Amino acid sequence: MDLIKPDLGLLFWTGLVFCLLLFLLAKFAWKPILNAVNARGQKIQEALDLAEKTRAEMQLLQAENDKIIKEARAERDLIVKDAKETATKMIEDAKTKSKIEADKIVEGARTSILMEKNAAIAELKTQVAGISLSIAEKIVRQELSSDEKQKSLANKLADDVNMN
Amino acid sequence: MTFAKHLKYNILFLFALVFFGNILAEKNNTKETEKEFNVSEMIMHHIKDAHEWHLWGPEHGGTSIYLPVILFDNGLKTFNSGNFYHGAIVEQKDSITGEVSEYYLGKGPAAGYALCHEEIYILHEGKLEFKEGHPHNVQPYDFSITKNVVSLFFGTFLVLVLMLSVASFYKKNGAVAPKGLAKFIEPLILLVQDEIAYTNINHNKYKKFVPFLLTVFFFIITNNLLGMIPLLPGGANLTGNITVTLFLATLTLLITVFSGNKNYWRHIFATPGVPIPILIIMVPIEIIGIFTKPIALMIRLFANITAGHIIILALISIIFINKSLAWGALSVPMALFISVLELLVAFLQAYLFTMLSALFIGAAVEEDHH
Repeated sequence: MDLIKPDLGLLFWTGLVFCLLLFLLAKFAWKPILNAVNARGQKIQEALDLAEKTRAEMQLLQAENDKIIKEARAERDLIVKDAKETATKMIEDAKTKSKIEADKIVEGARTSILMEKNAAIAELKTQVAGISLSIAEKIVRQELSSDEKQKSLANKLADDVNMN
Repeated sequence: MTFAKHLKYNILFLFALVFFGNILAEKNNTKETEKEFNVSEMIMHHIKDAHEWHLWGPEHGGTSIYLPVILFDNGLKTFNSGNFYHGAIVEQKDSITGEVSEYYLGKGPAAGYALCHEEIYILHEGKLEFKEGHPHNVQPYDFSITKNVVSLFFGTFLVLVLMLSVASFYKKNGAVAPKGLAKFIEPLILLVQDEIAYTNINHNKYKKFVPFLLTVFFFIITNNLLGMIPLLPGGANLTGNITVTLFLATLTLLITVFSGNKNYWRHIFATPGVPIPILIIMVPIEIIGIFTKPIALMIRLFANITAGHIIILALISIIFINKSLAWGALSVPMALFISVLELLVAFLQAYLFTMLSALFIGAAVEEDHH
């Protein structure tokens, strides 16, 4: 029975010592320890949160970068396409223009050739007329060189007229 | 004025005198013959409190540290317990049962008192009067620095030194990763704060109870482990003493009762949804329940630690019962096994006591969920 009989003296000392221990530890040990440990826990949590946030931001940035690159690529493609089109058009235009020019030149040449030809023909006609005239004059001179000849001619001409 | 000024030193001197005055007083009592080895007596002697710290040698006349006796009996009386242990041993036969009881008669400053089974009695007509094997004399108020009290002082000192040095680490280094001692202690502190307090008590209120739970946890585990050391300053059965566990359980009871909110009391006196005729039966049971919880705490710690001491001592005693060293081959490995088990129990019981205290406090501050 002695074993389970509480002892007044021990109860007193236990109470006194334990309460003192509780007071001293609460004030000088638990408070700084728990403050430090919990502050550290908070710091770690904050660091983790920050890392998470930074990662999300990085991801966002990456996505944005990707978007920008994609847009730039699309724009480049568009520009190249435009340029190609423009170039093609320019070549086409030039071709058309040069053809028109060539045609025009050809036409001009043709016209001038025609004109030259006409002028040549006209001159030729004039010369031929001159030559013919002089030949005719010579012939006429020959025909009319004697009286007989003049008389035959006159007869002949009169025949022509009579016949009509 | 001068007296008051020197009071501190006077008290210190007094303690020093009582403490060291008779330390290691060896007594060569040749008349002491070897008695039959009594296992239960030896074990009971070891697990109970004493006014001496027995080191080695026979029970009477071995080497002991005699501890100071402080009595309140018409004023304060202090003397060294050697005055009992060096006094005459009286053997008295009970007239009815025939049981022989022996006790020490105090001498010198202890005259007029007797020490029987580590309890101090005031002598009546120069002797103790036994009834059914127990003295029926008046007992003075005994505030002696017993073996358990010394162990209590040492254990408390150890906890203080450990925790203050851990605290100084954090004060010096701020919120950094722990090193050295702090690395070892911090997981235990976090165990109590996060696993015991936070999980069992309302998250808004648990912080208030953490210092108490931490102190209880480290107090119990330190004294449990000190009890495992067979040499001075260990070996006392402090946490296996019903007085200590009674005090700790009472603290839990008081905290539970005084921090209990309306919801807690309503569940005891008017459990919601229970008809009145059943309440008549329920309320006494609930009221008993308030007390049975800490009583279970008290008995669990006391019984576990005391049982551990008893088993180890009993196993070691096999050698002495059979008076043969050969039995050591059996008893030493078994005692070693139990000792290792007790290391686990030392932690487990501290954890359980703290956990259940937190659970009871948690139930008392729980908010209404209905």
